[in-house]
Amino acid sequence: MGLDFSVVPSFADALLIGVLWTIAITVCAALLSFFGGILFAVIALYAPWFLRLPFRFFAWLFMGTPLLLQLFLIYFGLVELGIDLPAFVAGVIGLGLHFAVYNSELIQTAIVAVDKGQMEAARTLGLSRPQALIRVVIPQAVRDVIPPIGNNMIALLKDSALVSVIGVSELTLSAQLAIGRTYRPFEFYAAAAVLYYIINLGMEAVLRRIERRTQLSR
Amino acid sequence: MDIDLMLRVYPYFLEAAWVTIQLSVLTIVLGLICGMIGAAGRLSRFAILRFLAAAYVSFFRGTPALIQIFLLYFGGPQVGIQLDAFEAGVIGLGVNIGAYMTETMRGAIISIDKGQIEASRTLGLSKFETFRKVTLPQALRLMIRPLGVNINAQIKGTALVAAISVVELTYTAQRYIGSTYKPFEMFLIAGILYLIIITASGKVISYLDRRVRLQ
Repeated sequence: MGLDFSVVPSFADALLIGVLWTIAITVCAALLSFFGGILFAVIALYAPWFLRLPFRFFAWLFMGTPLLLQLFLIYFGLVELGIDLPAFVAGVIGLGLHFAVYNSELIQTAIVAVDKGQMEAARTLGLSRPQALIRVVIPQAVRDVIPPIGNNMIALLKDSALVSVIGVSELTLSAQLAIGRTYRPFEFYAAAAVLYYIINLGMEAVLRRIERRTQLSR
Repeated sequence: MDIDLMLRVYPYFLEAAWVTIQLSVLTIVLGLICGMIGAAGRLSRFAILRFLAAAYVSFFRGTPALIQIFLLYFGGPQVGIQLDAFEAGVIGLGVNIGAYMTETMRGAIISIDKGQIEASRTLGLSKFETFRKVTLPQALRLMIRPLGVNINAQIKGTALVAAISVVELTYTAQRYIGSTYKPFEMFLIAGILYLIIITASGKVISYLDRRVRLQ
């Protein structure tokens, strides 16, 4: 069986809808991983020990196990608990939490690295500790780690292909559906690869802009 | 938590962990080979080799590993490449991590001070001798830690071949989740085994790193 790429255009609509879902899940999971990462960093650094220690244990467990395994846990685990979430939401939660743990490691290091004088000055000016953290320390810490967080977001985009296994109809699953109809795996996976590559380029451009904007305010 | 069930099924997870270890070792070896060739290409005098190596890195880092494995395993037969799932998994994952390792190795090599190369050239060493005796030994020391990061990611990356039904840890966990409806217990067994493998490989890497630092 030779290659025949002429079958691809007739599924262009389905693939483009897949692209939109991939972008949607990536953006939602990226936002969750960003704000979740900040929250996790604060818990890991400042929460009382009975919160901090179990949290660190779970962070260690999540950093040492594959995303695919975690997706199965979240998808089937939620069902087990009687929570029936749409696959899309389960996918966003799984991807978002996985990368939140990685982002939290970066943000923790950055928070510790912010000059102690900043906190002292903010406290002297009458801000409470939580206020000083939220308004003074965390913004500076986050700005410092925007580039490596950006790298995590690129990894998140590519890992979003994994949520096809729990039935989120993004680009990979769209390609698989087209393959089911045509029996042309090479053509459609190649087309999906090209589309991922293009999304990746777009995302890198957006991240570079964000990086430049946030570094300007130094 | 159903401890009885966990004790009953864990032998199957141990077998699967052995497959995960095999996959990890084979893909890391293949990745290191691809990384060396890729880094040599990226640093080559010849524009065509530089271009090919850059295209290799760009494609494999710019698209999902899952798609690459599917392309090889399901699409391969259309272009005359017949592989079983394990072979496709090893080749797909190895060539993928090789692209990341290419950049790691290249980064270590170009970070060696230019003055060192100039000095050894002035002392009469040929370009090849300079690379072999001056640049490479120093670069190897610098690349162990970042390669360790690649290797750590790769061990978890082997889970992807569950999607083409290679019976490794994640596939086994998925199958038992499906048949027992005990997702937390199965996740815990598989998770502990992954952590053991990753911790062990981390220890080996930090041992190597300490060894080369002592010299």
